[in-house]
Amino acid sequence: MFTPLWIVLGAVALIAIWFVATYNRLIQSRNRVDEAWSDIEVQMKRRYDLIPNLVDTVKGYTKHEEGVFTKVTEARTAAMSATTPADHAKAENMLSSTLKSLFAVAEAYPQLQAVQSFVDLQHNLTDAEDKIQAARRFYNANIRDFNTMLQVFPTNLIAGMFGFLKREFYDAPDIVNEAPKVQF
Amino acid sequence: MYSEITANKRKTFGLMAAFILLVLGLGWALGEYFGSPSGGLIAAGVVAAVMNLIGYFQGDKVALAASGAKPIERRDNPQLYTLVENLAIASGLPTPKVYVIADPSPNAFATGRDPSHASVAVTTGLLEIMDRAELEGVLAHEMSHVKNYDIRVMTIVVVLVGTILLLSDWLLRMTVFGGRRDSEKSSGQLGVILLVIGLVLAILSPLLAELIKLAVSRSREYLADASGSLLTRYPDGLARALEKIAAHDRPLLRANHATAHLFLANPFDPHVTKKFEQLFSTHPPIEERIARLKKMGTTV
Repeated sequence: MFTPLWIVLGAVALIAIWFVATYNRLIQSRNRVDEAWSDIEVQMKRRYDLIPNLVDTVKGYTKHEEGVFTKVTEARTAAMSATTPADHAKAENMLSSTLKSLFAVAEAYPQLQAVQSFVDLQHNLTDAEDKIQAARRFYNANIRDFNTMLQVFPTNLIAGMFGFLKREFYDAPDIVNEAPKVQF
Repeated sequence: MYSEITANKRKTFGLMAAFILLVLGLGWALGEYFGSPSGGLIAAGVVAAVMNLIGYFQGDKVALAASGAKPIERRDNPQLYTLVENLAIASGLPTPKVYVIADPSPNAFATGRDPSHASVAVTTGLLEIMDRAELEGVLAHEMSHVKNYDIRVMTIVVVLVGTILLLSDWLLRMTVFGGRRDSEKSSGQLGVILLVIGLVLAILSPLLAELIKLAVSRSREYLADASGSLLTRYPDGLARALEKIAAHDRPLLRANHATAHLFLANPFDPHVTKKFEQLFSTHPPIEERIARLKKMGTTV
C-alpha cells in the first residue's frame, strides 16, 4: 500500500536535491565570472597607473605636442570611469589608439629612445597589456562555461526561472602597442 | 575541467590507501620472516603513514631535488618568469614557483600538491632551443597539469613508488640471500608458503608500482596538451616544441624511474618507438602527440 507513496516521495526528494544543486552551480559559475572580471580590472589599473608617468616622460623631451597628451589623458579618464564590460572595451580601444599616436610622437624624438625610464615604461606597458590579455582569456573562458550552463537542458529551466542572464564576452580588439611606422 | 579535479583528488586518496595496504603486506611478510608479524605490521604502518605524509607535503621538494632543479627569481630570467606569470593569470591560478634544471636535454615538469603549492621546472636545454611561442606552449601544458591537480597525483606517486621499489628490493634480498633466523619456529609447509608469499609480493610490488605510474600518467599528457593549447589558443607552439624535442633526441642526464612520469616528454627516450616501450612507457609516443596537436590547429 505504501510503496507507491514512497516512490513518489523519493522522486520528489531527488528532484528537490537536483534543483538545489543546479541552482548552486549556477551561482558558483556566475561568481567565477565576476571574480575573473575583477582580475581584469586589477591588470587594467596597473596600465592606467603607468600612463601618467609615460606622458610626463615624453612631455619632457618633446615640443608642441600638447594635443596628443590631452587626448591620452582624456582617454585614460574615460576608460577608468567605464563600468560595464562593453563600455570598457570601447574605452580601452580609444585609449590604445591614443597611446599609438603618443608612441608615434615619441618615435620622432630619437633622444627619447635612449632614456632608460622611457624604455622601462614601454616594457612595463607591454607587460601590463600582455597581462590584460591573459586575464581576458580567463574571463572569456569563465563566460563560456557560464553561458553554456544557461543554454543546456535542463539547467536552462532553472536559469530561466531565476532570471540568470547570459553574459557578453569581453572582446577588446588585440591591444597593440608597437610604435607605428612613421611615414615621411 | 572541474570533474577532472575531483577525479584526481579521489585518485590520490585511492593511491594512498592502496600504498598503505601494499606496505602493510610487505611488512607482514618481513615480520613473519623475522618471527614477529605484529612487529612487522606496526613498523609497516609507521612507514606507510610517514611516507604518505612526506609524499603529500614534501613530494614536490623530493621531485625537484631528484632532478637537480634550482629555484629562480624574476630577475634571473624575466622572459621565462613573465610567461609563467601571464599563463597563471590566463588560467586563473596563483603564479607557481619557477625552477631551472641545468641539463642540455630539453624537457620540463610541474609538481606540487595544489595550485597554491605548485612549481614548474624547465631545463636549460629547453630554454636554449625554444622560441617564445614554443616555450609558452610547453609552459601552458605544465600549467594545465597544475590546474587540474594532475600534479598532486603524479607527485605523490614519486614518493610512493620510490618507497615500494626500495622496500621490495630489501625484502627480495633478504628472502633470497638472507638466512632464516627462526627456522625452528615455523618450519615445514607454513615456512615454505610464507617464503613464497614474500617472494611473490617482493616481485609483484615493483611491477605494480610501475603499472600505477602508467595508469596515472599516459592519458594525462594528451589531456594537458589539449587544455594547454586552449590556454594559449595556439596548438602549433606546443607541436613545434615537441617536434624540436623529438629531433633533439637526447636523454635527460638525471633521468630517474621514480620521476619519469612527471616530465613533458619521456626523459629516457622521447620517441618511445619500440613496441615493448609503448606498452610500458610513461608517455604516449611523441609523434602521436604532435599529430593530434596539428589536427587541433587546423580545426580551431
